[in-house]
Amino acid sequence: MIVPWGEEELVQGNEAIAMGAIASEIDLFAGYPITPSSEIAEILSRYLPALGKKWIQMEDEIASISAIIGGSLAGAKAMTATSGPGFSLMQEGLGYACMTEVPIVIVNVMRAGPSTGLPTQAAQGDVMQARWGTHGDHPVIAMVPCSVRECFDLTVRAFNLAECFRTPVLLLADEIVGHMRERIAFPGEDEVEIKCQPEPDVPIEWYEHYHPTASNVSPMARFGTGYRFHVTGLTHDAHGFPTRKVEEVMAKLGRLKHKITRRLDELEDVRLHGLEDSKVVIFAYGSVYRSALAAQQILAEEGMKVGVFRPVTIWPFPDVTAKKYLDDKEVVIVPELNQGQIIHEVERVTLDAVRIVPVQRIDGYQITPEQIVEQIGEVV
Amino acid sequence: MMAVHLPYEHKYLRHKKKFPHVWCPGCGIGILMGSIIRAIIDLDWKKDDVVVSSGIGCTSRMPVYLDFNTLHTTHGRALAFSTGVKLANPTLKVITVMGDGDALAIGGNHIIHTARRNMDMTAIVVNNNNYGMTGGQFSPTTPEGARTSTTPYGMMEPNFDVCDLMSGAGATFVARGTVYHVMELDRIFKRAMEKKGFSVVEVLSPCPTSFGRANNQADPVDMMESLRDDTVTVKQATKMKQQDLEGKILRGIFRDVDVPEYLDRYEELCQRARERLEMNQ
Repeated sequence: MIVPWGEEELVQGNEAIAMGAIASEIDLFAGYPITPSSEIAEILSRYLPALGKKWIQMEDEIASISAIIGGSLAGAKAMTATSGPGFSLMQEGLGYACMTEVPIVIVNVMRAGPSTGLPTQAAQGDVMQARWGTHGDHPVIAMVPCSVRECFDLTVRAFNLAECFRTPVLLLADEIVGHMRERIAFPGEDEVEIKCQPEPDVPIEWYEHYHPTASNVSPMARFGTGYRFHVTGLTHDAHGFPTRKVEEVMAKLGRLKHKITRRLDELEDVRLHGLEDSKVVIFAYGSVYRSALAAQQILAEEGMKVGVFRPVTIWPFPDVTAKKYLDDKEVVIVPELNQGQIIHEVERVTLDAVRIVPVQRIDGYQITPEQIVEQIGEVV
Repeated sequence: MMAVHLPYEHKYLRHKKKFPHVWCPGCGIGILMGSIIRAIIDLDWKKDDVVVSSGIGCTSRMPVYLDFNTLHTTHGRALAFSTGVKLANPTLKVITVMGDGDALAIGGNHIIHTARRNMDMTAIVVNNNNYGMTGGQFSPTTPEGARTSTTPYGMMEPNFDVCDLMSGAGATFVARGTVYHVMELDRIFKRAMEKKGFSVVEVLSPCPTSFGRANNQADPVDMMESLRDDTVTVKQATKMKQQDLEGKILRGIFRDVDVPEYLDRYEELCQRARERLEMNQ
């Protein structure tokens, strides 16, 4: 038993991600070594061969993401793991997987950049790269874990969402979460739901690889099953063949957008703490959320109520929910380990009357609860 | 092989969907596409079991015309995608077609590592000495001195020998053919595809539109005749004098060795892993 179902154990965030992948019945991992994500590849290299699953170290990150896309098309549940510089290289394949609607999971254990930056230290500098890094308009699903248990849970959810939406799903961990060790209770095996994209059941001659459906996602055949189809990064019609016809181009690109924007309720995942009776809210995600909760606690002891709003799914951004809970606040504090990325989304969705205040850090160290408390003291 | 299989070739094409094709008059890619089909028919491979992948460029437009499982990927990465396909389902027969720029420039890292791993797949590198689709820029196989749209004063850099490169990197089957010698190409493709291990076939093919026009060879027939006149088989070469071989390009099979294949080795690795982790069922 590799995943300690139903037991308590001291594990590392990256280890929990590897366990989550095994729990999700991963068939193929392809990766390239990079700090601070390497433990994921190392742990999977130990277990996947024993399980009869495939593990391969490719020549670079571009090859890694390409291999998992090919593997997914041939029937494998596939994942790669990397960090900032490797994630930059993967943008090409990420766009291809979005366009060709291939389910894959990409883990990015974020480290401080730009460029080689601070390889062993944390950052949240890839939030906008995750959204807009690959060229052209495209859908993105990204989730940000804040704890070791969530590294496990969100990896499972990433595989499920990738299958259900036929699209790449990003897990944006950071160095702190990835290298943190916590004693966690694993769920029981029967508590974890594993979802798969259904196989088509139409006669072979009727099959369309991108058949328009109400959900904008159609059952997906794999290579070798008798449904022969074409896959291309060129803009294509419902069969997958290249097209430049305006109505076919618009149908494809509209579907690509709507499969996310019309199913936001399935993707949204926010955690709200004490928002009802507070005029000040801390909007935090990932490891920084832990500092936000600690700051909330410190202020509560001093007799001041502040709320905490945390998006777990960061892309698509929870526009409606954020607006609903933040529009009547006086101040929203946005601490993040970058020079201001998600703060612009908070500004975009809230009324001008709400004062948005940044707390930012890019030196590789965590924002402390005291920094947040201090900032609140200055503005309130 | 040609006479026997020619009548059945059309059954392997996506007639209703994708024709006419994108290739210029005088291009050799259609000829070698026929050759690939004939080799597959001769091997009696089922359409459902065959995956044809490609990168970006004129050659890489080929899969869309073929009625197999087809995968048109990103520039240079086709072999990395193919590696994933083969790992996920080792029963699939994976053939990757690429141009010279696709395979050797942007895909250079991928092709040498794919050769080193020795996974049971076939790579076909169509060498027309330039990037045809983007307007005839120089590629890693453009001969020294040749004119292209980015070498207006002649190609300054040395070029790759695809077969030497692949032999050095560990490919277990390495051969070169031309689209002029079609029946020979049919046989080479069949040998490459049935070889257990990573096989590479370089195919010399004319690009009259881009490369030919820039090098006083705009007539496709002239380019075809140079494939006839400028190449000799490995066998012929052994009987020729050194001075007669000057400037000739060799055709034929350069390397055919038996080396343990990747997926067979992986199976052994799985067994070792189970023993170490005491997971034997």
